[in-house]
Amino acid sequence: MRALNFLLFFAVFMLSLNTIASAEDYKLGDLEIVDPWGHAPLKGTDVAEGFLKIVNHGATADRLVAVTVDFAKTAQIHEMKMNGTTMQMAELKDGLEIPAGATVELKPQSTHLMFMGLSRRPAANEKVPGELTFEKAGKLKVEFVIEPAGASMPMNMDNMNMNAN
Amino acid sequence: MTLVRRLLVILIAAAAISAAALTYLYVNRQGPEATGGIAIGGPIHLTDQDGAKFDSAVMSGKPYAVFFGYTHCPDVCPTTLSDISQATDAIGGNAKDFTTLFVTIDPERDTQSVMKDYISNFTAKVVGLTGTPEEVAAVAKEFRVYYAKVPTSDGGYTMDHTAVVYLMDRHGEFRSVISYNEDHDAYVRKIKEVLAD
Repeated sequence: MRALNFLLFFAVFMLSLNTIASAEDYKLGDLEIVDPWGHAPLKGTDVAEGFLKIVNHGATADRLVAVTVDFAKTAQIHEMKMNGTTMQMAELKDGLEIPAGATVELKPQSTHLMFMGLSRRPAANEKVPGELTFEKAGKLKVEFVIEPAGASMPMNMDNMNMNAN
Repeated sequence: MTLVRRLLVILIAAAAISAAALTYLYVNRQGPEATGGIAIGGPIHLTDQDGAKFDSAVMSGKPYAVFFGYTHCPDVCPTTLSDISQATDAIGGNAKDFTTLFVTIDPERDTQSVMKDYISNFTAKVVGLTGTPEEVAAVAKEFRVYYAKVPTSDGGYTMDHTAVVYLMDRHGEFRSVISYNEDHDAYVRKIKEVLAD
């Protein structure tokens, strides 16, 4: 069992190396978009999440106002936070501000993209096309690398049944 | 004059420290762990993932966990159910039979078949419970769980909700909670405690 865990951990580790190696970095004006990725949908759900890092090298703030992906009817920017024992989830209806000189990271258990109304269920290791719209910098086509549900929480990986799709 | 001023400073500092201490006590007093005799939990009458009527009386003699969430929950819910799985796998033995009652606070979307698919994502023994909005509200009230719909721009909604795991002993009495940010060791320790109770 321990050996199995180790093997699994090793596999996940190699997989993550592979992902880092193939991480995409995009430029749009003063904005740098690093490594868009997402979670494969869990079985029984009609949602998936996306993540990315945005670096604003410019002297003026910009704003991520819209996101689209080819496999979901809608994509929204959701802010998740804990208020005591309550988890609060809200759509950022006016978009996400990227202050001048700042790095904004969308990540698990924090602000993230929520893909809803899935027309298809992307599997781990798939690359799915999407488009980001910024208020000032305009539109940018990107590819989201899909990771297994629960990825980036490697501690949890071996307790998720992997036939999630 | 200097002495008076010095005394004043000491007094103000003492008042500030007392205020901070009182605030701390007040805030921490509200945690679900410090229930101060307030009962948490009660009978659960809902529908399980196979469409059967569920009555928590069947849990008599067995410790169990209760967690409220929803399947459209991107992180907290799968992470928590996954953390429970990881803990029960690590403990082994009778922990394999340790059951988690996953109660949806979004019964409109989380139908019995959705719950059935959803719980299959986890290795822990999970019973997926749904019901009418009224039935769910009654159970949430017993556990002092807060939940609310938050509308989104597309006419849909997300949910705010209490995200703690309630551990119940073999008599169905509330024992302790596992909070959202607690680590694997805390999960293992607290589940072991309730199993040994």
